[in-house]
Amino acid sequence: MSVTQILFWFLSILALFGAIMVVVSRNPVHSVLWLIMTFFAISGHYIVLNAQFLAVVNIIVYAGAIMVLFLFVIMLMNLNKTAAPKRNRWLKLAGGIAGGCLMLVLVAALRDSELKGQFAQVNTGDIGLIKSLGKELFTTYVIPFELSSILFLSAMVGAVVLGKKD
Amino acid sequence: MEMGVKMQLTNKSKQVDRKPMTFLESLYLWNIAKGMMITLKHFFRKKPTIQYPEQERPFSKVFRGLHILNRDEEGRERCTACGLCAVACPAEAITMEAAERENGEEHLYREEKYAAKYEINMLRCIFCGYCEEACPKDAIYLSQTFAPANYGRTGFIYKKGDLLIPNPVEDPEGYKKALGDKATK
Amino acid sequence: MYLLAIDWFFIIEKLLLIVCIVTLSMVVAMYSTYGERKVAGFFQDRLGPNRAGPFGLLQPLADAGKLFFKEEIIPLASSKFLFILGPALAMITALLTSAVIPWSTPLQIGDRVVPLQIADINVGILFVFAAVSVGVYGIMIGGWASNNKFSLLAGIRGASQMVSYELPMGLALLGVLLFVGDLRMSSIVQSQIDNGWHVFYQPIGFIVFFVCALAECNRTPFDLPEAESELNFGYHQEYSSMKLGFYLFAEYINMFISCVVMTCLFFGGYDIPFVNEAEWGLHPNLLALIGFAVIMGKSLFFVFVFMWIRWTVPRFRFDQLMNLGWKKLIPLALVNMVISAALILWLKK
Repeated sequence: MSVTQILFWFLSILALFGAIMVVVSRNPVHSVLWLIMTFFAISGHYIVLNAQFLAVVNIIVYAGAIMVLFLFVIMLMNLNKTAAPKRNRWLKLAGGIAGGCLMLVLVAALRDSELKGQFAQVNTGDIGLIKSLGKELFTTYVIPFELSSILFLSAMVGAVVLGKKD
Repeated sequence: MEMGVKMQLTNKSKQVDRKPMTFLESLYLWNIAKGMMITLKHFFRKKPTIQYPEQERPFSKVFRGLHILNRDEEGRERCTACGLCAVACPAEAITMEAAERENGEEHLYREEKYAAKYEINMLRCIFCGYCEEACPKDAIYLSQTFAPANYGRTGFIYKKGDLLIPNPVEDPEGYKKALGDKATK
Repeated sequence: MYLLAIDWFFIIEKLLLIVCIVTLSMVVAMYSTYGERKVAGFFQDRLGPNRAGPFGLLQPLADAGKLFFKEEIIPLASSKFLFILGPALAMITALLTSAVIPWSTPLQIGDRVVPLQIADINVGILFVFAAVSVGVYGIMIGGWASNNKFSLLAGIRGASQMVSYELPMGLALLGVLLFVGDLRMSSIVQSQIDNGWHVFYQPIGFIVFFVCALAECNRTPFDLPEAESELNFGYHQEYSSMKLGFYLFAEYINMFISCVVMTCLFFGGYDIPFVNEAEWGLHPNLLALIGFAVIMGKSLFFVFVFMWIRWTVPRFRFDQLMNLGWKKLIPLALVNMVISAALILWLKK
């Protein structure tokens, strides 16, 4: 087993464990922290794929900014045991069925997809590096890129308008 | 004074400028730079600190510190327990008990009556020096030191042993030191 | 020496370098606490600590000893694991940032060239930002886990302040990055050795970056998470002993590292101004040593400036802080970015 493989397995286990703990843990703050851990594991995967830019941006944006806002909200809501909603048995059943269906669809989709024969480029390739990424974004994908930036701009304007309301 | 002109103690008062700040002012950069220059000036200024245990601030000539019960040249206590100091004391810090001199104690006490007990509560004392002024026998004076810190209140009640000056016959050095500037008087 | 297809000499070399740099950051942080008190004293016409050892030089050791022997208190109502995790995270993220800093020109040991940089990664400066943005968690977790409303408020203040000031910080940097065309720390420094320091090209960018660095380090005038008059002691109010020490220490490490980053980005890193030291024909190791001394000198000067500002400028109010960040610095940084982009485009044609 090479180092990359060891790293891959370690990060995968970490990511899956973190993701499970997000769902399982009782305390919402702990859930958020596990989610952050999952993000770190995923960033590790990006690094293994030699996509350093994606890895760092994942940490800056998701772990560093969005999860902070999540944490804000949860810390200020003061969720405790009395506030937790009652767990209905039917609700659980419905959730189980929905989740199971999703998993079935995913497995089916992955089975038939073209991905099977392809391998990830580990430690090589410069698609994830900042230079090639920037070139791609501003040449091949310039229209979707600009469109999404307009979307963000409108979201920002919307936030300002909502904030100014009162 | 003319009508309409406000009375002023000094002409230093300045009207507060309440103009809204311009953009450059609201960045505070210039004012911060000015403030930093002021603090930098202080950085290089000579420090007035006195490094206490090594360096001591000189006392003034008329400084009134801890009391000392005086002796005469032969080492006899001057105090006769007349109680004038206790009466003069505005803080009522002084208590004493008188006793009669026995035969064979002439080398200890100068007069027939002496203070068997003499206590000054340094927590009450205000170091005004009235006791020194009231004393007809030059038996008490205020020295040039202050009461050191202590862990308990009882430590501040100075007994006769704490107050008495060293014997000039047995310990002339200590006597001279304790007398300090008063020696010239 | 290859095992598992790993060059073990490489690992040992990097490990040694990591140990050296961590130790360096710790020692500098330790003596920054001493420096802070000394500088504060001098600014206030006092002498500062001067009893422990000559000139009080052993004061940091005495402080550390005191912190170690203090009673370790963990509040009953706190969540214990997170309470301990908070200061640990603060410390780790503070130390992480030093990984991408080029400390000097490479050393030469035998025929091995040892770069004095732990990792010259492709996204160097972004890594610094990532470490800084994760640094928020140390404060937030500590503040929340203490189960104290003042700590919580301070934690949230600190986090919102850091998140807000990351934005203008990043924007202020864009001018420099446009100029260099690379995110590697080593090429940023190299570009300054070739073309002159960035501070001359990007004065506005530097000022914005500097102000943001003050805010990111929670230094006065932006030390709102620790505003004693409003929040008692801030997010580390419930902490005692070495856990408190970790928080305070992490702050000083942050300060030192941000000064080093600032030196690398705007003041040429290990470059000596006006001379071409490569022409002197000195031994590369000696040159590396000189470069290291130069970068340390510049950084320590900035540390002094940080302290100078702390003992001069009063604390901002929270709304003033947010106004400055969002309504002044971000537009300023944006304008700076647009102008420098236009200039670069025009001149490169």
